[in-house]
Order: sequence, then C-alpha cells, then structure tokens
Amino acid sequence: MALMSAAVAALLLAGCAKTEPKSVVRLATTTSVRDTGLLDVLDADFQKDGRYTLQAIAVGSGQAMQLGRTGEADILWVHSPDDEKKFVEEGYGVDRTTFLHNDFVILGPEADPAKVKGSKKAADVFRKIAAAKALFVSRADQSGTHKKELKIWDAAKVRPAKGYYLEAGQGMAGTLSIAEEKKAYVLADRSTYLSMAKNLKLVIVSEGDSLLINRYSLILANPAKFPKVNSAGARAYFDFVLSRPAKELIEKFGVEKYGQQLFFYDYAVK
Amino acid sequence: MEFILEGFRKALHIILSGNPEVFAIARLSLTVSLAATAAAVLAGVPLGSWIAVKKFPLKKLLIALVNTGMGLPPVVAGLVVMLFLARSGPLGFLNWLYTPKGMIIAQFIIALPIIIALSISAMQNVDPKFYNQILALGASDRQAIWVCLKEIRLTIVAAVIAGFGRLVAEVGAVMIVGGNIRYQTRMLTTATVMETQMGNFDMAIAIGLVLLALGFTVNLALTVIQQNKVLTR
Repeated sequence: MALMSAAVAALLLAGCAKTEPKSVVRLATTTSVRDTGLLDVLDADFQKDGRYTLQAIAVGSGQAMQLGRTGEADILWVHSPDDEKKFVEEGYGVDRTTFLHNDFVILGPEADPAKVKGSKKAADVFRKIAAAKALFVSRADQSGTHKKELKIWDAAKVRPAKGYYLEAGQGMAGTLSIAEEKKAYVLADRSTYLSMAKNLKLVIVSEGDSLLINRYSLILANPAKFPKVNSAGARAYFDFVLSRPAKELIEKFGVEKYGQQLFFYDYAVK
Repeated sequence: MEFILEGFRKALHIILSGNPEVFAIARLSLTVSLAATAAAVLAGVPLGSWIAVKKFPLKKLLIALVNTGMGLPPVVAGLVVMLFLARSGPLGFLNWLYTPKGMIIAQFIIALPIIIALSISAMQNVDPKFYNQILALGASDRQAIWVCLKEIRLTIVAAVIAGFGRLVAEVGAVMIVGGNIRYQTRMLTTATVMETQMGNFDMAIAIGLVLLALGFTVNLALTVIQQNKVLTR
C-alpha cells in the first residue's frame, strides 16, 4: 500500500513537472490547420525561445468560437467570417485580423454520377448533385467548412433530398473518409484534401469559383470580458503569426511535401 | 485485403524502428491510466471494504448506485470533468483542462466505482464469522478490515486488472478532457481515432498494436503477481 502511494505521488509529480513552469497559451483552431501539419511547423518556431507553451485545441470553427465565448481560449484561428464578425460584435473577441486564405474544392467520385465536372459555379454543382440524387456528405459540425457548404446550398436555392445527405458530425479528415467509402460528393478545404490525397480515390470535380475562397482570421479573446485569459501570451502568438518569419514558414509550407503552396498569406507584415 | 497486409507491414516497421512519438504516446497512456487506477485503488478499496462491513441506512441503495457507476459512460465522466475544470467552471483556477492531470481525474472517476463495487463484493464474500472473530480478539474495525483484505487480495488484484483494462482502452473521456494535443495529451486511443480518420491506417494499426501490447503486458504482470500469491498460500 505504501509502495503504491509512493508510486502515485511520483507519477503525479512527474506530471506536474512537465506542464507547469512556462506560460501556457491556449489556441482554439480548426482541424485543417492541424491536419496539414502547419500548426506543428509554426509551433516549433513560436516555442523556440522557451517563454510560452502552445496548447492548440483543433476543433471546428464553431466549437473554437464556443471555446472563445466561455473564455476557455486565449486566441482563435478560425475560418467562418460571418460568425467571426458576430463574435467580435458581441464583445467576445478583439483585433480580428484576416491574414490567410486558401480555397475549398468540391470532391466527388471519379465516375461523377451527377455529371458536375466542368461546372465552374459551385452553386450549379450543388444543384446538379441534388437533382441527380447523388450522395453528399456534410461536416454538419458548425465548422467554417460546414458554414460555407450551407452558404453554397443557399446560393443554389435547393436542398438535397432526404436520405442523400449524410451529416457526419466530424472533422474534415473523418468526413473525407466517410465520403471516400460512400463514393459521395463532399466540400473540403484544399489543404486537408491534399494532405490526405494519397489515401483518397475522390477527385476534384469543381474548383476556382470565387464563392469557394476560404479566409482565415486570428481573433484575440477580449481580456476586458475574460480576465482569466492569458492575454500577454495570446498577443505574443498573434504578433508571431503576423510576423515575417511566420509569413515565410507559411509560404514555404507544403511546397516540398505536396508540391504546392497550401496557404496564401494576405497580411502586410512590417 | 492487400492494404490491410500493407498496413500491418508498415505498422511493424514503425514499431520496430522505435518511432519516438509512438513511444512517447504509449508512455503517456501508461502513466495516466496507471496513476488513475492507483488512485482509485487507494480510495476505492478502503471505501468498498467499509461499505461492505458496516450496517447503515440506505446501504442497499448506495451499493446499487455504485454498481450503476461501474457502467458510467466515459464520455459522461469526461463531460462532467471538462465542465468543472473549464476556466469558467468551479475548478477553473487549477488550469487542469487539456493536461494529463485533468485526464487522470476523469479516468479516476471512471475507475472508482469499479474498484469500490468489486471490493464490496469481495469483502462480502468473507465469512462474517471470521470478521466477528477478529473483532472479538480486540481488533479495531480498521485492523479487522486489513486482515480481511489480506485474505481477499487475489480478488482485489482482479479488481485492479478490471479497472486498468477499462481505463487504458478508454477514448471518450480523454478526448474531451485532454483534447488530443500533440506531444501533450495525445493518448494511444485518441491517436488511433485521429490516424484512422486521416486514412493513415499503417499508423493507426501501429498504435493499436502498441495499445494491445501495453494492455497485455500490464495484465500479464498483474496476473503473475496474483497467481504467485496463489502458489505461496
């Protein structure tokens, strides 16, 4: 018994020693930023000087903003512009800065049962998918990608037929895996698609519409509203991401591994 | 079929080449689940024994509650712990959400009813005459329970095995409370989910195999301890 309590104490102490000393910055972000590996690349540089530890929770943008609404997150990195504006207007966040973009692509099975290949307009593609009663898999998790998908359905002025619309309730990677197995159409951010392309038979059936652009923003938690947030640490990460070294890392990111740049930096760094 | 074999082949390569990240994840899983099991044993065995030997009102109701707790869904435990540890929650000042300590708490709550319930039933299998005899010899309640525990130690080890087995295989609570953060709170189970969703089946198989091996090793060690005690009786 004494031996066991000593073991517990040792284990608990070992746990403490690892996490306590540095200032922890909690970033709520979207799965696309993690699954591509961008987060790790930036993280290594951010933590280099040893002042901060980044605790990145990769969830959908909807859940990320929920973490922001309860003061759980110090800083957000999200891609759901309409929700972001509302979030800032409601006083939860400050200094929203749109700094990055890439684009969404519509994926589908090679055979293209809804015959959408060649349609440039995303809304036309969705209309054809609904009309052909082809299977479509939705994130259905209030993420930025899900919000974008709903916007396209609105633009198409149709809703998919019941039974042909699967709501996955999962991250991008999980949703893509379901679409792959079901041979369904799906909306994905290009970066997650490329990072998983080697495991997928789905192909891009439509891309390039201006509606498919995907903009990422940083938002700081409002320290006036949430006194417990690590506002100094959040500001440090904010300044780091909006700096020249981060810009260079982001612009180089993906070229070597995927043969193309995955994220395009829009912010004019000083 | 081929991709399964290919997955296994690559998985073995990942394990045999000693992939440091996989082993760090395994170490964290082992640490968290062992700490939670040990804490649950320290609290649960005395509590269960006490419940078993004492007479008090609503005892049957309490035992029914504990037995129900054995089936506590890990995601519910995770949700509750998350709400308490959240910054805006009552224990937010600890800053334990998304840390290994938070995961230990959640797993402790999952294991505790299992250990208590199995301790109660083990203790109730001790002949009451034996217990009363020890008391008659002048032992205190605490001393009498201790003597009985020595008698039923094999069953207690079985309870530890059951508790640890449930924890190391558990994914829901550690996902919610830990957040699957790379290098910080990624466990074998949450990593398996993530790699599977990403379609990295080789990595998922590798981590799954490590998880099985880990469960087997710990169980083997505990079983050896248990069976050795049988022989020395």
